[in-house]
Amino acid sequence: MNYNDILSKKAQDIKPSGIRKFFDIAAGVPDIISLSVGEPDFKTPWAIRREAIRILEKGKTTYTGNSGLAPLRNAASEYFKRTIDTDYEPDTEVVVTVGGSEAIDIAIRALVNPGDEVIIPEPCFVSYSPIVELTGGIPRVAETRMKDSFKLNPDILKPLITPNTKALILNFPNNPTGAVMRRHELEAIAELLRGTDIIVISDEIYSELTYGVPHVSIAQLDGMRERTIVVNGFSKAFAMTGWRLGFVAAPEPIAEQILKIHQYAIMCSPTVSQYAAITALNDCIAEVREMAEEYDMRRRLVLKSLEEIGLDCFTPEGAFYVFPSIKQTGLTSQEFCTRLIKEKSVAVVPGDAFGECGEGYVRISYAYSIKHLTTAIKRIGEFLEEII
Amino acid sequence: MQDKLLKLLKQNARLTNAELAAMLGVLESEVGDAVDKLEKSGVIQGYTAIINEDKVDGDSVTAIIEVKVTPNEKYGYKNIAKIIAKFPEVESVHLMSGGYDLSVIVKCDSLKKVGRLVDEQISTINGVLSIATHFIIGHYKEMGVDFAPEEDERGLYTV
Repeated sequence: MNYNDILSKKAQDIKPSGIRKFFDIAAGVPDIISLSVGEPDFKTPWAIRREAIRILEKGKTTYTGNSGLAPLRNAASEYFKRTIDTDYEPDTEVVVTVGGSEAIDIAIRALVNPGDEVIIPEPCFVSYSPIVELTGGIPRVAETRMKDSFKLNPDILKPLITPNTKALILNFPNNPTGAVMRRHELEAIAELLRGTDIIVISDEIYSELTYGVPHVSIAQLDGMRERTIVVNGFSKAFAMTGWRLGFVAAPEPIAEQILKIHQYAIMCSPTVSQYAAITALNDCIAEVREMAEEYDMRRRLVLKSLEEIGLDCFTPEGAFYVFPSIKQTGLTSQEFCTRLIKEKSVAVVPGDAFGECGEGYVRISYAYSIKHLTTAIKRIGEFLEEII
Repeated sequence: MQDKLLKLLKQNARLTNAELAAMLGVLESEVGDAVDKLEKSGVIQGYTAIINEDKVDGDSVTAIIEVKVTPNEKYGYKNIAKIIAKFPEVESVHLMSGGYDLSVIVKCDSLKKVGRLVDEQISTINGVLSIATHFIIGHYKEMGVDFAPEEDERGLYTV
């Protein structure tokens, strides 16, 4: 059979992940030290795990309602009120999803018609463009730059807005750069969008992980709630990646469509995870703060260590990544990462995996122990000395 | 900063002042000064390794001894606690609320030596009323360190 003729053209046109080949390179290298993981090294707080066990013992193994358990939606609504000072009606404006990933997927699908343009600031998390393409939409890349602290600004955004612009995706705190947008910077973006029909999809999955600066959502700025879809979840803040649980909040007409897609695609999010997540939101904020504090200390240590070995690095204010420039080495991101694995057994992610403008950078995750981080950065230092 | 510094040192006392300074966002000299102060004031009494005795070759025995005493009318429990603390085999002495008064942890090379310490030394101290000795037969967690930590099961790469 000629599968190429059979399979979806759009599916085939999606670019494969930029890190795929590194799995193969890394597979043959013994004792590899990875700094490449986009998930917490912490285990899920014990209270949440206990609750999941208890729920299983009680036999809560059926589907829940499509939009998720009512107490969880209530807790999510309170969470939005508390953290981004924005009101969402738990029954009609909050949907519990299978991770932030599904929330992004169904938010985009609820909005985009074929030919619609979606502006995506890059470097960024990898899923936005492929999903926009699957819907027949056209991704328009807004390149953020190190000199602008990898933030989006009106100068970058304005030229990209056309009559066909349907949505803008914001991903701050940002993966992979760690950039955080301040209130006045979001305000400048909001100023361009008010009075348009452009919807913002604000992926705030790292919202709990900001360091010394508060997280602000564009949804909480004047006039923006009605044109914003907020995506958040449990993976990063509560160290619950494997539980696959997130939520999306949006004005009712948008949430209604999102829920419809969710209902047909997923039915409902995992029941045990949902029950456990109620405990997470209600009882585990202290653990979240503690983990965030730990990341912050590592962040500072990693930044100082990178400075000492001579890597030029923007100071991230959120998430758990640093995104140093490797331009001084004369290597491409791919070459740098390939050689670093082969010569020093250290795995980092090439910046171009997060969009073409990530070329010349690498992403280093500090979701690792101090000992692991210092060993790995020492090796990167040796590598730099050998190649420069 | 002091609370955070103590927390970090408790987790790992081998972090260098430079590393501590970076993590806390202060100068290296400030960390040095703070540690000096904590040592001088007696908040930090020493630095030690956390050892899993189950993995150490040999037959050493650790026991928790509950001691009931009659408090001295002038010194209370302090005198007896001080005497017990003098024995080199004694690792810790705590004054307890509840059913007994002093909790004493001792570590000896053999069972016999624990017996002798209890029988010949502790029980003969003036004011000691009764003793209950419990031997530790397994070690799971010490000083906040879990001896069977959950493994890092994350893959090499995720974005």
